[in-house]
Amino acid sequence: MNNHNILLDIQNLSVEFRTDDGVVKAVNGMSLQIERGKTLGLVGETGAGKTTTALSILRLIPDPPGVITDGSITLDGEDILAAGKHQLEKMRGSLVSMIFQDPMTSLDPVLPVGEQIAEVYILHERISRQEAEKRAGEMLELVGIPALRGRDYPHQFSGGMKQRVVIAMALACNPKLLIADEPTTALDVTIQAQVLKLMKELKSKYDMSMLMITHDLGIVAEVCDEVSVMYAGRVVEHGTLEDIYEHTAHPYTEGLFHSIPNIDARARRLIPIPGLMPDPTDLPPGCPFAPRCSYAVEECGKALPASISLSDTHSVACILRQKEE
Amino acid sequence: MKNSTAAATEKEQLKKRKRSQMTEIWRRMRRNRLAMFGLVIVSILIIVAVFANQIADYNTVAIKQNVVERLQGPSAEHWAGTDEFGRDIFARLVHGARISLLVGVVAVCIALVTGGILGAIAGYFGGTVDNVIMRIMDIFLSIPILLLAIMIVAALGSSMLNLMIAIGLASMPTFARIVRASVLSVKDQEFVEAARAIGAKNDHIILRHIMPNCLSPIIVQATLRVATAILSTASLSFISLGIQAPAPEWGAMLASGRAYIRDAPHIVIIPGLLIMITILSLNLLGDGLRDALDPKLKR
Amino acid sequence: MHKYIFKRILMMIPVVIGVSLLVFMVLKMTPGDPARVVAGAEADEATVAQIREELGLNKPVLQQYVDYMAGMLHGDMGNSYTTGKPVFSEILSRMPTTFTLAFAGVLVAVLIGIPLGIISATKQYSILDNISTLLALTGVAMPNFWLGLMLILVFALQLGWLPSGGATSWQGYILPAVTLGVGATANFMRTTRSSMLEVIRQDYIRTVRAKGANEQRVILRHALRNALIPVITVIGLQIGTLLGGAVVNETVFSLPGVGMLMINSINKKDEPVVLGCLITFAVVFSLVNLFVDILYAYIDPRIKSQYR
Repeated sequence: MNNHNILLDIQNLSVEFRTDDGVVKAVNGMSLQIERGKTLGLVGETGAGKTTTALSILRLIPDPPGVITDGSITLDGEDILAAGKHQLEKMRGSLVSMIFQDPMTSLDPVLPVGEQIAEVYILHERISRQEAEKRAGEMLELVGIPALRGRDYPHQFSGGMKQRVVIAMALACNPKLLIADEPTTALDVTIQAQVLKLMKELKSKYDMSMLMITHDLGIVAEVCDEVSVMYAGRVVEHGTLEDIYEHTAHPYTEGLFHSIPNIDARARRLIPIPGLMPDPTDLPPGCPFAPRCSYAVEECGKALPASISLSDTHSVACILRQKEE
Repeated sequence: MKNSTAAATEKEQLKKRKRSQMTEIWRRMRRNRLAMFGLVIVSILIIVAVFANQIADYNTVAIKQNVVERLQGPSAEHWAGTDEFGRDIFARLVHGARISLLVGVVAVCIALVTGGILGAIAGYFGGTVDNVIMRIMDIFLSIPILLLAIMIVAALGSSMLNLMIAIGLASMPTFARIVRASVLSVKDQEFVEAARAIGAKNDHIILRHIMPNCLSPIIVQATLRVATAILSTASLSFISLGIQAPAPEWGAMLASGRAYIRDAPHIVIIPGLLIMITILSLNLLGDGLRDALDPKLKR
Repeated sequence: MHKYIFKRILMMIPVVIGVSLLVFMVLKMTPGDPARVVAGAEADEATVAQIREELGLNKPVLQQYVDYMAGMLHGDMGNSYTTGKPVFSEILSRMPTTFTLAFAGVLVAVLIGIPLGIISATKQYSILDNISTLLALTGVAMPNFWLGLMLILVFALQLGWLPSGGATSWQGYILPAVTLGVGATANFMRTTRSSMLEVIRQDYIRTVRAKGANEQRVILRHALRNALIPVITVIGLQIGTLLGGAVVNETVFSLPGVGMLMINSINKKDEPVVLGCLITFAVVFSLVNLFVDILYAYIDPRIKSQYR
């Protein structure tokens, strides 16, 4: 896939956290690509390694204890893992931005929000302080907050408003890639819809690519072009929306669908996935999902299943699909 | 008969559980090298203080003047040299340890008893009682500890007992706060409700159920406060408001020795070092106890 | 903001009254008859009674307290029993010495303690971190007056670089200020370190990094401002300890400040002066805490808006 159209290319990424209680293998041979202007949904349970993957792209994994042990990340033609400190600082906030999960804690409590947005311009563009403040005001208007409120402090805003501020901050310098780590999880349902709508509009306005991290398949259906399903630090299934929703191939993806309530078919019972994610300090040798999988056969426990292509856009890492061919 | 044996085994088990808790705390303590250093030094000081008269007689060595041998540097005969009256500094330091530890421990006991009772009353009864007691404690807290001690000594006159009272009262609010906080946190828990339900009296509940629960912060704070008390004693004696000559108090030794600092610096250096090591050890021990008793607090 | 300051001042009044009342009551417990001290041992009973009347010692203690505080507002704190001079002007003339010393001590502690704390936190478990932690431990354990004597021994007597005291030149304040500042330095360093360690783990610091800020900007512009909030509380508390330390240090370095006046007066049983000094210290300490609270509101916007 040596395609100029690929903005972000992660190959075989592995990340470990080396703590006193053992080595936590958070990401294990993770691969994904995002095309320019497209939105990829990264789906999975808490602890699947989604946030760690995202932080790796920014090289913001806390070190120690986090270490990237293997793989490559290429963003807009640049090798992120080889980049120096200054190069990374230049890239963060201008080429790639990130929106974090909890807007309540992601703004500096002692600085006015306008100043926090203006900081992005001061860091990345050669402009005066006044100019930066002015553009910060414009950014606030863009996300639906009166520019005057830039003088206020984070604690004077509601959760949804804070997330708008964070979005304004992330988009200030027109990044090519926006990483959104569960941007609406901490918000009320009504606010969620507003924020998602705003993000969708802004994304098409600026023609960005987006990596949308979520465990909510509803959000994926609404904003994403493609989906990668992640389990225990790996992508187990990847495809277009249609591939994933209509031609579900991996038992784990199927389990995810069965775990969400469906308004159209209320009579249907929820079928939760039994058990828990495997302990990341002690992963089983074979398919990590095998212990919870109702289709599991003996071979599943022996070797890690390789990813196989079902079509040009659809791939899956499951031994059952291999057999079918 | 059967009932009593059952009760006995239960007691036995309770004892066992307590013992295993102690070994766990001890295990955590032993891993902390700094805390163990503190424990060893503090133990040595206690032993020295207890056997001070066996190490060097008070009347014939520690306070008896011998002008012929004045201002000698450390030697085999006088390990820490002699002072301006020819007294053996080592012997004086040994007896000084006795005074410092005594004042420190008694002062903390005074603080613990007065502060503990007031804090328990405030926490247990709440309302106006709580308000009045704690506002008074706030006023105490708003005066720096040394100034408060100076004030009390100024009013009562300087003697060892008054010194203990002064330093004790100055530390009282700290214990009042700890005990009050602990009481408030356990007061409404179920086992206290249960005790009340079976008709236990207030004083019984405070002593048997609430006090054991605030033991660990009290032990930690008491250790640290002994250090503060020793330091305050030395400071007050240094400005002649504490223990008077010829008693070999460490701070008083520094005060009388400072006139000879140019010719015989050991008179000033050695007692000061000893104070520092004592305070350091008590602080290390206190910090270590905190970590061992409450692993949650550990960073 | 004005509302907040006003409220703080209002809250300070009962504390000042409480503290001064406590000081007053405790000193009134002093055994012995002050009128007898003034009159001298040889005076007859009638003279003593007359002096008692003049000093208002016949009145109930509370009445005496009210009179005293009313007098203080007019700059009248009575006269010294030994010199006969007005206590108020005596204290006023010595205040600059004590304040200079305390201020210089705080300055030393802030300038050394806070930067050391920042470095220790950003380079946790490094050699530098371990060294400064060790220094902090010994700094807290060292008796202040002893450190003063040691500094005199080395810098005044052995090297002859600095005067061993006296308030005649600014150099005379260097050793006392350093002596006074060491304990506080250790305290500030430990507080800054732990507060800083707490703050750099926060989400908003990650946000700042994600914006592309370099490490220096992350630490100095964002982490430090947040980390300073608890440090300021400790600074306020330490100033009290520092005032106590200043009393002892004035003796060590022969600085003619309020502390030295107080100690001399205690030894001479000169009650009005002792009372005046103690009340002055207590009031100053309350004022310092008021100032700290206001400073707090400037750094932490969350406090301000509670009082809008």
